[in-house]
Amino acid sequence: MFVINCPYCGEREQSEFKAGGEAHIVRPKQPTELSDDQWAEYLFMRKNIKGIQFERWVHTHGCRKWFNMVRDTSNDEIKAIYKMGEKPPVK
Amino acid sequence: MTNNLRVKSSKFIDETYKISFRFNNKTYYGYKGDTLASALLANGIHLVGRSFKYHRPRGIMTAGSEEPNAIVQLHKNTSRTEPNVRATEIEIYEGLEASSQNCWPSVNFDIGGINNFLSPVLPAGFYYKTFMWPASFWMKYEYFIRKSAGLGKSPTEPDPDMYEHKYIHCDVLVIGAGISGVIAAKTSAKNGFKTLLLDEKPYLGGSTIYQNSEYFKINNQISSSWLEKEINEIKKIDNLEIKTRTSVAAFHGYNFLLARESLTDHLPLHQRYEKIRHRLLKIRAKKVICATGSLERPLIFDNNDRPGILLSSAIEKYSNLFGVSCGQKNVLFTNNDSAYETAISLFQRGIGIEAIIDNREEVDSKLIKEIEKNNIKIYKGYTIVDTFGYRKINKISIMQLSKDGQKVVGSKISINCDCLGMSGGWTPAVHLFTQSGGKLKFRDDDQVFIPDKYPSNQISIGSCNGEFTLDEILTGISKKLKDFLNIKKTDYENLEIQSHFNKTKRNIWLLPSDKIIGKTKPFVDYQNDATAKDIKLALREGFRSIEHVKRYTTTGMGTDQGKLGNMHALGIISETAGSRMGELGTTTFRPPYTPLTFGTIVGRNVGEYFDVFRKTPIHDWHFENKAKFENVGQWKRAWFYPKENEGMHEAVQRESKAARDSAGILDASTLGKIDIQGTDASEFLNRVYTNAWSKLAIGKCRYGLMLNEDGMVYDDGVTTRLDENHYIMTTTTGGAATVLSKLEDYLQTEWPELDVYLTSVTDHYATISVCGPNSKKIISKVIPDIDLSDEKFPHMSFKKTKIDKVKCRVMRISFTGEQSYEINVQANYGKSVWEKCMQAGKEFNITPYGTETMHLLRAEKGFIIVGQDTDGTMTPIDLQMDWIVSKKKYDFIGKRSLYRSDTIREDRKQLIGLVTENPKEVLEEGAQIVADVSKSPVEMLGHVTSSYYSPNLKKSIALGVVKGGKNMMGQKLIIPMENKQINVTVTDPVFLDKENKRLNA
Repeated sequence: MFVINCPYCGEREQSEFKAGGEAHIVRPKQPTELSDDQWAEYLFMRKNIKGIQFERWVHTHGCRKWFNMVRDTSNDEIKAIYKMGEKPPVK
Repeated sequence: MTNNLRVKSSKFIDETYKISFRFNNKTYYGYKGDTLASALLANGIHLVGRSFKYHRPRGIMTAGSEEPNAIVQLHKNTSRTEPNVRATEIEIYEGLEASSQNCWPSVNFDIGGINNFLSPVLPAGFYYKTFMWPASFWMKYEYFIRKSAGLGKSPTEPDPDMYEHKYIHCDVLVIGAGISGVIAAKTSAKNGFKTLLLDEKPYLGGSTIYQNSEYFKINNQISSSWLEKEINEIKKIDNLEIKTRTSVAAFHGYNFLLARESLTDHLPLHQRYEKIRHRLLKIRAKKVICATGSLERPLIFDNNDRPGILLSSAIEKYSNLFGVSCGQKNVLFTNNDSAYETAISLFQRGIGIEAIIDNREEVDSKLIKEIEKNNIKIYKGYTIVDTFGYRKINKISIMQLSKDGQKVVGSKISINCDCLGMSGGWTPAVHLFTQSGGKLKFRDDDQVFIPDKYPSNQISIGSCNGEFTLDEILTGISKKLKDFLNIKKTDYENLEIQSHFNKTKRNIWLLPSDKIIGKTKPFVDYQNDATAKDIKLALREGFRSIEHVKRYTTTGMGTDQGKLGNMHALGIISETAGSRMGELGTTTFRPPYTPLTFGTIVGRNVGEYFDVFRKTPIHDWHFENKAKFENVGQWKRAWFYPKENEGMHEAVQRESKAARDSAGILDASTLGKIDIQGTDASEFLNRVYTNAWSKLAIGKCRYGLMLNEDGMVYDDGVTTRLDENHYIMTTTTGGAATVLSKLEDYLQTEWPELDVYLTSVTDHYATISVCGPNSKKIISKVIPDIDLSDEKFPHMSFKKTKIDKVKCRVMRISFTGEQSYEINVQANYGKSVWEKCMQAGKEFNITPYGTETMHLLRAEKGFIIVGQDTDGTMTPIDLQMDWIVSKKKYDFIGKRSLYRSDTIREDRKQLIGLVTENPKEVLEEGAQIVADVSKSPVEMLGHVTSSYYSPNLKKSIALGVVKGGKNMMGQKLIIPMENKQINVTVTDPVFLDKENKRLNA
C-alpha cells in the first residue's frame, strides 16, 4: 500500500485515495466537430504502460481534490505528484 | 514414561511450575516455558500426527514455526477448536487439550496408513489424471476426495474470542530479536530513532541465547552471556518498543507490514476471559531491518520422515533451551559443521551419541577434533541410505559416497539409534524480503539465495543475509548499521570474536541410494508427502517452470509453505533439468509467513460491525412499526410494513392502493442531496444534465438525466433552484457518492474556470414524501401558513417555510404520478415531522409505504429506476426519453456519444412496457424475451427489468428492454420459462394516467 503525498494534505495512506486513470487527456472543447474515430480516441483509448505512467488520483476520504501522479508501474515508485493544471515535473 | 527425558534443568524452564495438559485424551505434565513439542518429547512422545497423503507416522521435526509434521488440533469439538497448530510453537498452559490430525481411529493405528502401501499407484498428479473422466462424475469424485483430504477440522461455531487491529508508525522496525536484531534495535533506539523490535518467540535472543559453548565467545564471554547483558540493556531504552510472540505475516510495498501479536494463547484458559486474543499490527516503518534468521535444511534420503528424525539444530535447542533429550542413542547426519555444535552440546549434557555421519570426506575443525577426542565415531564421506522403525526410528543403514557424490559404494553398515538429527546447512529466511518485492541472488559457494536488490528503505542483516557464523555476523554489522541509519558510531566497532566453525559444506540435494529412485521415499515436502521421485516424474512429464512443478506435486503447498524442503525441490529440478539454480528462480513467497486466524484478519469488524449500515433519522419509527428492511447501498430502507398476517405481496398491494386512493407516506431521506452554489451553477448544470437549465425560474424544480461521457444513463433526479446561484440536486440513493465525485472531477479537472461549489448534504436533511389525492389536505394541516393552491404552489415548484419553529423546504414533486409533497427538514427533526404527518393524515388513512410499493407505483407510470431498468448500456434514446435531450445545447456530458454509429442503431435494446395475456400472471424480473422459439438457437431479444401486479390497474405490468422495441408496439412476444411459455404484448411503458391528470387531482 502506497503512502501518497497529497499536495493539499501531506502524506496519507493509499486507502484514503482513489485512482482515476491516465492523466493529461483533455476533454475536447468542441466534441461535435469530431469524427467518430476522433471521439472514440478520446473516450476509450488509454495507455497501460509498464514503467513511467502519468495518472490522476483523488483524495476521496480527505480533501476530495484531484491531482496528478507520476508512477513507475513496474515497482510502484511514485516519482512526482503535482496539482491539476501544473506541468509534469519529470519527463 | 513420565519426564524421564528431562536431562538437566534449564533456566528457560520453571520446574517449580508444573502444568498438566492432555494429548490424545491422556494427561501429561510439563513445565512453564515448555512448548507442546518439548513437553511431549520430555514424555518420550515423538509420534504426533499422520502425513497428508500416505498417512505415514510423523513426529516432531523442528523447534520452530517451520514445523511441517507436528501440527495438532486444539480443543476438539469446542467453539475454540483450532486446526493445524504447530506443536513447536504453542506454549503449554493448564487445560491445554491437543489431538493428532489426519488419522482414524488413532495416531498409533490409522486406517489411512494403507495409502502408504498403495503409494506406487498414487504418484504426483494422481488425482488430476484419474478423476478427469467422465466430466459429469466430478461431483461424485469430489465428495470422496474432499472427505479424505484436509488435515484438521475447522470450527463450526462462531469464534468466541476478541481480536483487534492497531496501527503503529515507527522510524525503524527490526524484525527478529536474535543477536543481529538485538544489536540493530539497540543501535537504532540509542540514536534517537523510534524503534520497534518484534520476535515470534516468547523470549529474546534467537538461537544465540541458548548457545553455551566455549567455542563461541564475544569479548571473552560465552556468546549467550554477552547477549543476555545486551538484552537486559535494551529493555531499559525508552524509545524502543519490544513485542514478543509477534509474528510478522506480511511485508508489503512502501514498508507496510502486518504482524500478529498473540496475547492470550499462552495463558491458562480461565485467565483469557474478556481479553483480546490476537492483535493485528498494521505497521508503517520509515526503515526496516530484517533480522529474520535462517532455517536449517533437512537432508533428502530414503525414508527421511520417520518419527525420531529431527533437524540437528532442533535437537540442540530441545536440549539447551528446554532441557529435554530427544533420544538416548542419537545419531547425527550432516554435510557441514553445525551438527558438531549439537554434538558438543549433547555430549556436555551427558546425552548419548552413537555416531556422526558426515557427507564430507576430508574436514577438520576444532569442533570435530573435540568430538573425536571423546571417542565418538565419525563416518566421513558416508551417507544414510535407509532408516527403519515404523512408529519411531530404531536403525539406520549407511554407505560410503562415491567421489562425485552421485553413487554409493562399498558395503552397508547398520547403526542402531532412537533419534536422528540431520543438518543440510542453512537457508536464509528471505520470505519477508521477497514479499516486499526484493530480488534474490544465488550464492554458488554454499548454494543459498540471499537478498540482492532492496525495493524499499530496508536491509537484511545476520543469517537471513547469508552470514551464518558468529564472526561473519558481527564483523560487518557495525558498518552496515552506520550506513543504513546514517550514524557516526555504534557500540559494536571492535568486538573480539572467537568462532570455531569450518564453513565447508558438501551440498548434495538428493542423496544417492543403493536402490533405484522408484523404490525409495526421499521426502522433500513432509506435510504434503511430495518426494524427490514425484518431482522427477513431473519433469519427465514435461513440467519445467518451478511454479508448475510446485502445483503438480504440491511441493511447498502445505500450512508450512515448504519452509524446509523448497530449496531441495529447486535443487533437484535444476540438477535433473541441467539448469543453473540461480536461473531457475524460486516460487513466489506469499503472505502470511505463518498462518493467521480469520479472527485476526477480521478484528472488530464482526456482527453488526462487519459492514456498517446507515439509518435514516426516521429509522426507529419504521422499526417500531414492524417494517421489513431492504439494503440499498449502505442504507437500511423500509421495504414494506406488513400488518398482522400479511406477507410481502399483500402488504405491497394494500400500500399501493392506499397511496392512489387516499394518501401514502414515504421516507425518502436516503436520496442523495448535493448543495450547488456559485455564480456558474446554472452553466454547470447545463453541462452535466442532458436538458436545459438556464431558464429554470427560482423556486422551480426540474427532472434531470445525467449521462456518462459514453452516452449511457448514469443517474437521475430532481434539482431545485433555491436562489439565483443556489441549487439543490437530488441523486439516486445508491449513486450519491459517485455522482458527487464525478461532478467534482469535471469541476476540478475540465472546468476549473467555473465558479461552483459542491457539498454533500444527504445526511443533513430528512426527506418525507406525502402523496395521494388527500396529500394536499394533510400538508395543509401540517403547514397551515402556506397557500397550497395549484396556482400558488404548482407541480414542480418549491417553498421555504416553517413547521412550528423548524425551517423546512417543501417541494411539490412526484415519483408516483400522484399529487405529492416532499418535506425536507433538518435531520434531527425528521422523526417528529413524520409523526406530525401521520397524525394529520390519520383521518385519511395515511399509509406508510416502503421501497417496494414505491417501485410498483413508479412502474405504473413508466418511470425508470437507474440501475434496475438501465444497466450502463442504455442511452436516453433507448429509454424513449428523447424529450429530455436538449437539441439546442452545444455540449453536455455524453452528447457526442449519442450519435456514434453504435448508439444510433435502430436495433438497440429499447425500453418498452409488457402486459401478459393472462392479467394475473406476473413475470419474473430478469426473464428472457424472445419472439420465435421454433428456430434454435432461440434469439434472445431482451429481458424483463421490472415486473409487478398492479392493484390499481388490476393486472400484471412489466418493463423490459427489447431489441428494436420502440417499433414493436402491439407485437406479441414470448417469455420462455422453465416449464411454460408466457405470452406478452409490447405496450407503451406508461400504464397509468398518461395525461398526468392525477398530479393536480
